[in-house]
This record gives sequence, structure tokens and C-alpha cells, in this order.
Amino acid sequence: MAITTMVGARIHRREDPRLVSGHGHYADDFVRPHTAYLAVVRSPHAHARVVSIETDRAASAPGVLAVYTAADFKGVIAGSMPVAPAFVPEKKQVPERFPIAEKEVCFQGEPVAVVVAETRYAAADAAELVQVTYEPLPAVMDLEKAMEAGAPRAHEGAPDNIGWDMTYSADADQAFAEAEVTVHQRILQQRLAPTPMEPRGVMAEWSEADRSMTVWMSSQNPHFIRLFIGGALGIPESHFRVISPDVGGGFGSKISPYPEDYLVPAVSKMLGRPVKWSETRTENLQNATHGRGQIFDVEVAGKRDGTLLGLRITQYLDIGAYVGTFGAFQACACLLPGAYVWKQVASRTVGILTNKVPTDPYRGAGRPEATHLVERMVDLFAREIGMDPAEVRRKNFIREFPHTNPFGLTYDSGNYEGSLNRALELAGYHEFRREQQAARERGRLLGVGLSTWIEICGFGPSAATAPATGGLALTESAQVRVFPTGSVTCYVGTHAHGQGHDTTFAQIVADELGVPYDQVEIRHGDTAEGPAFGYGTYGSRSLAVGGMALVRAARRVRDKARRIAAHMLEAAEEDVVFDQGHFYVKGSPDRRKSIQEVAFQAYGAGLPEGVELGLEAVAYFDPPNFVWPFGAHVCMVEVDRETGDAKILRYVAVDDCGNVINPMIVEGQIHGGVAQGIAQALFEEVVYAEDGTLRTGSMTDYAVPTANEIPAMVLDRTVTPSPTNDLGVKGIGEAGTIAASAAVINAICDALSPLGIRHVDMPASPDRIWKLMQEAKA
Amino acid sequence: MKHKVSVTINGRQSEDEVEPRLLLVHYLRDVVGLTGTHIGCDTSQCGACTVLLDGKAVKSCTLFAVQADGHQIKTIEGMAAPDGTLHPIQQAFWDEHGLQCGYCTPGFIMAAAYLLEQNPNPTEDEIRKGLEGNLCRCTGYVNIVKAVQTAARAMAGQAATAVTGG
Ligand code: FES
Ligand code: FES
Repeated sequence: MAITTMVGARIHRREDPRLVSGHGHYADDFVRPHTAYLAVVRSPHAHARVVSIETDRAASAPGVLAVYTAADFKGVIAGSMPVAPAFVPEKKQVPERFPIAEKEVCFQGEPVAVVVAETRYAAADAAELVQVTYEPLPAVMDLEKAMEAGAPRAHEGAPDNIGWDMTYSADADQAFAEAEVTVHQRILQQRLAPTPMEPRGVMAEWSEADRSMTVWMSSQNPHFIRLFIGGALGIPESHFRVISPDVGGGFGSKISPYPEDYLVPAVSKMLGRPVKWSETRTENLQNATHGRGQIFDVEVAGKRDGTLLGLRITQYLDIGAYVGTFGAFQACACLLPGAYVWKQVASRTVGILTNKVPTDPYRGAGRPEATHLVERMVDLFAREIGMDPAEVRRKNFIREFPHTNPFGLTYDSGNYEGSLNRALELAGYHEFRREQQAARERGRLLGVGLSTWIEICGFGPSAATAPATGGLALTESAQVRVFPTGSVTCYVGTHAHGQGHDTTFAQIVADELGVPYDQVEIRHGDTAEGPAFGYGTYGSRSLAVGGMALVRAARRVRDKARRIAAHMLEAAEEDVVFDQGHFYVKGSPDRRKSIQEVAFQAYGAGLPEGVELGLEAVAYFDPPNFVWPFGAHVCMVEVDRETGDAKILRYVAVDDCGNVINPMIVEGQIHGGVAQGIAQALFEEVVYAEDGTLRTGSMTDYAVPTANEIPAMVLDRTVTPSPTNDLGVKGIGEAGTIAASAAVINAICDALSPLGIRHVDMPASPDRIWKLMQEAKA
Repeated sequence: MKHKVSVTINGRQSEDEVEPRLLLVHYLRDVVGLTGTHIGCDTSQCGACTVLLDGKAVKSCTLFAVQADGHQIKTIEGMAAPDGTLHPIQQAFWDEHGLQCGYCTPGFIMAAAYLLEQNPNPTEDEIRKGLEGNLCRCTGYVNIVKAVQTAARAMAGQAATAVTGG
């Protein structure tokens, strides 16, 4: 009924004045009186027995308060670090993981001791004085070798290195029997470091008098941290508070609990002082979870007329030394069908333990891999049958929605051809094809690549997500409070670390309640506020799930306000209309009560019978389905014949995330997402030496792109509302990353096709391309 | 063995006794309490710690506090006018959605201030090159480049107004 005024508007972010003037509140900005500083002593070996740890010299160094090893934490921290079932309910082995190693270290960087001192510098100095004697063991670094019988084990005493081996559906035989063409390809997904610009950090303060713990940290989901760490330390949630206000980027690497999240609070409890640990970048690259790290063997079956029939996929996934809490969300088989109709898809995932830092979600978590794979295979197939890749896509797009894919997931809405057509038009696809032809005749290597991506996000329905986390559904909560004079504070269980929720959510509430936008305050990142549980931000879920919780809570408030207004207007509730913040009796808009007047009344005397005082509500939203954004990206490149350098000439992204609340923020999310996808395609890779030493342990070696490497982008969108929620929204946080790598690599492969090169793995760095060109010549 | 440093930070005099190895960035954050200057790396790669030293952009993680003795420093907290009016570069980052998580932002704003001081009317290419010492993981740089362009125009406008006295 209310006319939408804020939703859909390009509102500048309310977060920004604070952040552009240096007044953010990131984890390392907090300090408590009498804070002690913690440094972690880490294993230099990828795999070794810990023979002995000598701490005396460190303990007697100036300013040092204590040195602790695993034995000291044994009675303080209970249990093993958590592992969610995710997409692999049955795992073959899940190595026990205590936050600090005792007898065996299994990746370079694993904690073996902590030093606590009066200053950061004293702690860092003393950490150098802890003498650990190791007996090195063979390191398991290569996925394929790790699977061989008799291979060294990532954990001593383990039967083998297989963490899981699960077949989602085995059968694509019928599809392959009907095939006129089959194409096989091995596709690599290199390990990536999420690298938020803010490293992690934890400060904890135990109050013996109150028996309560307060933790300030850089987290994407404070409530889960409270649950896990409080549980391990035996502190009830009522007495455990996690505060995580401004977070300098997460990209998935700040979801799961880390060793320091346990150790720092435990030390505060043992020492009786506030304790702070701030991660260095080297520690971050070495210890924060990595993403991807997979090899795919894929086969596609189809007909010469362009019809796709079947896919057979095996995913080999580098788990790392321990199974990441949410690591198995990367086992992305169920998303592999992409935007296309298939007769059959067969898929298997094998998780392999290695002596590297665990992998866990990184922006997209499984969906970039799935998209890259299917989009590469469609292109290889198109090339095999000599058809334009855009045509093959058109011919096989899913057109009827809802659509249930071969794994039983239901796509809610889509218009795949619409976004493809718009992207081709914006990119000047057909003109480029002509240019490309002419350029080829002159020996230049131009290429164009498409990625008609889809995504599952908005995690998610309780029926599907509670089993995946091992109990807690990934629904979302919100609380809306209207104060007596009409201003509003909302508490959300999601967490913003760059997404601008404080702005977007306030736009929604301002419309729902008809109150001025400036009078709506949004709060997140403090478990002491708001509903009992919040589920955090990852998997592009905040708007489609959290936004809806907020809508529900606001509507509850509005419904109550309507009852009170009806009473004030001496009318029947059904006759009262709500319009832009005012209630009036149908037909007489002049006699009206503002929501502010009603709010004041709600805290006064004379409420209608059966109506409690106050104007506030809590709501949880359990979505009926996931949401399914989609789009089409087009990338045009030129590869230098001499150097192998691939230069992006044009990048076009047409995305569809349903209804848009704030277009400016949506565009920003796409920019950043595409940049990370391009970074994977061209630049970034975590590299370990054979002995397990991390070679990319600083920003000098890990190639996060600068402004020089990321091109300008042309964006547009189509709008296909989601039927899954009342807002009609989907998600956009990961879309760019999910889409981009395939567009870039398809373009490079297209450019190199005259040389007979079929496939290029990532990162498609100049030296990799140059080598491929040399091999092709030979 | 502590050394005395005396630095003018955002127009205010600070005097402290510090360890000679204390990094300027830690001095600003932990001693002076100006936490707007951030730390994103330990190899002087990211630029999150950029401040102006005598008007020149420096990475405050590459200097010791004692090296700043007797010098003028401007941090992000000193960019807005005393009445809180944002500096045109800060305003432009806000207007152009030039930040998401905001962690890199103070460093970019300080680097942009120096860039525009050196070259008040940079091309897009010059902006990208001029900011290559700063990393942002969120924005893909698209809106950062736009923000610097917008700031350049705004500052040119201000300068023109100042010259004509209007
Ligand atoms: S913290 Fe100074 S350059 Fe990264
Ligand atoms: S805005 Fe997050 S790193 Fe730049």
C-alpha cells in the first residue's frame, strides 16, 4: 500500500562519513586498560613431530607475562574444532583438531606455543626465543600423489589421505550413449588466498567477577563464534559477548573459527587480563583459510546440432591439513549443471588431506568452480562442433521456471537469454567477431569469452541448511524497535563488512514503516544486542534472508501499530489504511495518525483491550527456497604473441539479482566481485614449495592486483524478481567472482585457438601462455 | 633506551618517549591513539598506512617514529575541516561509492591527496599509476578512480573560486 520511496534509490552510504574520516572501529582499533599482547609461535615445517618445546628463555625475556603450550590449554579448551557436514554428510576421516598442536604439526604456520607480553614488540621478540625441536616428516603436497597407494600420510597413523569420496549421482551413461560428440578436459582451480585488506585480530577480556567473556574481533558471523568458542570454553552464551563492528573485508575467510579465536580468550581467562592478538599479513596468508584448490576431470556429451546431453565430473579437492569448518561447501557438484538443460549429470567429489592450511569458503565457494567448469566445457563443445558459443548457450538454456535440476534443486526464476542478448549487444559481439577475423589475418590474437553464470545463494531453507551445518538452520533474525517518539533501531543477525547493509536495510525499514530514513538505525556485529541468534553474512544471503527477517519484524510492528491506530481513530482495524507512515480510515485520509503518534500512544495508557504496551518485534525468516541470480559476462582480450600477456580490452557484465534496493551498492559489489574473478583468471595463486614452505607468504609474492591491472567495466542489469521472497530479491555479493574467471579464460582460449591451443589453466599468466604458445609451435 | 620524538600531527604537537624501533604507524595508532591509519601488510605493499610527511605521501609502516622527529604529519583524521566538513577527496569517495569495507580508504585518500597536489588534473591512466602503491580488495578500483576524478574537479572548482575571490 505504501508508495515505495527509498527502495530502489541510489542512496549514498551512511557508513561512509565515519569511514572516510578515520573513525571506523576495526578489531585492532580497540584497546582495554591493562591489555597484554599475544604472539603465536608457529611451525616452520609443513609436517613434523614436535619433540620438545623449551620456553624458559622466552618466559624470562623482558616484559613477558607467560608462555603457554598445548598442555596448558588442555583443561581450558574442550573438544575438537568444529566441522560442518556441508555438502558431504559422510566423510571418511576428519582429523581431530585442537587449536594448538601438541605432538604433530600438519601445516606450516600451525600454532605450537603462544607468548604473552606487555607490548606487541616484546611478545614478538620473545616468540623468537621459544625453542621447538621438530622431527620433520614427509609433507603431502600434491593431490594426485596423495591419492596413490602407499603415499606418505598428511597425518601420522591415518589410513590414507582421503577425507571424503562421495558420488552425488553416478549415471550419465544414457546421455553418453546418445552422444555424437564427447569432449574431455582436465581443469585446474588454483588455491587462492582471500586476502581481505584487514588481517584478522582478536582481543578478549575475561571478567572473573562477572564470569563473563567479551571478545572483539574481525568476524563475518559473531553468533557462530560465540556458539563455538563459548562452548569450548564452557561459558554460556548469556555470558559470552562477541563484538565485531567494522570488518575490513572477509570474502569467506572470516566465517569459520580459528585457533586464535580460542587461544586468546583462553589466555585472558588464565591470565586475568585483557589479551590482544593482531594478525600480520604473513600470518594471514599462511594461516587464514584458502579457497579453491581443486582439479576437475570433466567430460561433456552432446549432438552435432548443438544439443547438450550429459556431463561427467570428478572433483579432487585439496582439503588441507584439517577439514575446514565449512570446507565441504566447496564440494559444488549440485551446481555444475549451470544454466542449461541436461539429460544426465554424473558427479563425484573426492576430498584429499594435504599438509597445507585448510581450504574453506572464498567468495563464491564452489559456485565459481562450478561456473568455470560448465562454461569452459560449453565453449570446448562449441569449438568441437564448430558452432558459435553464444548459439550453443541459447540452444540449451533453461527457459521454464521453476526448474528442477538433476540434483533436485529448484531454480526460482530466470531469463538467461535476456541477459545474454543484452550483454552481447553492449559488448558489440558481432562487430568484434568481424574485427577478430580481420585481426587474425594480420596475425593478432583477439578473443572473446562468455560466461552465462547462475548461482545458488540466500542460504537457506532450514530443511536444507540445518543438516548442512550439523544442526543450526541458516535462517535469519531481526528485531525492530520503535521508540516512543518514533525513531527506530533495528538489530540484524547478518554482518556487514563492506556490503553497506546499514544503508540498504534502513531503506527497506523506512519504506515498511513510513518513517524518515534518517530515523532508522541499523545495528549489527554485537551478540549482546538483538535477537538470540544471528547467522552472519556469507553466501550472498543477507538481503534475501536477513532483509526478509527485517521486513517481517517491521510488518509485525506495523500490524500492532494499526490496531492501536484503529483504537485511536475509533474505527475497525480492517477499515484502517496505512500509507507512507500514516494510518487513516478508508475514505478519510485527512483524519490521520502518524506512526510517531501511534508509537507514543503504544507506551502510554488506554491501549485497546488485549494489546500489550510497547512497539517492537522480533522475527526469524526461514526462506522457502534458495534464490538463483544469473547473468551474462562478456570479456574481450588480446594476447601478445611475443610475451604471452593477455590484455583485457573490454569487460561487460549484465547481471540479474531480482529487485534492487540500492543500485549503487549493487554495482559496487559487481565491480569488486569481477575484480576478484579477473585476479583468479590472470594473477593470483598460492604456491607451496615441495617441502611445504609457503612461497607466497607476503604481498610481494601473492599478486593481489592494483588499479593498473583491473580494467574499467561496463555494467547493466535485467530484473527478474525472485518469487521466493516478498522483496523479490536475490543476492549479488559473489556474482562477479562467480562469473568472471570463465569469461576471461574463455576469451583467452578463443584468442589462442588459431594456434591450436584448446585450454588454458589459471592463472593465465604471461609465462603460462607463452609456454603454451611455444609448445603449440613445436 | 627510549628516544624523544616531537612531531606535529594534524597541526597538534605530540611529544613522547619511544623505543627507537617503534614504527611510525604503531606510534600513530598505539601511542597517539589515531587509529584511522591502518595496517594491511608487513612488506610495505598495501598502502593502508599512508600518511603525509611534510606534505609527501609516505607509508608509515616503513618509517620509525624517531625519523618523524621534527616533522609535520597529516593523517586521515586531519583531512576534514575543523567544523567537520569533509575534504573534497573524502566527499568524493563518499559520493562515488569509492569504498566498501573502508579499510584501505584512509590510505587511498592520503595517496590521492598527494597525487592531486602533484598533478591536479590527472588522466585516468595517471590516477591508476599514481595509486599503484595502494591495494583495495573490495571495489575493483572502478569507483576509486571515479572518486579521484570527481575530487580533482571539485578541487579545481574550489581553487578557481579562491582565485576569483568568489
Ligand atoms: S601497512 Fe604499510 S604498506 Fe601495508
Ligand atoms: S574498500 Fe575494502 S579494501 Fe578497499
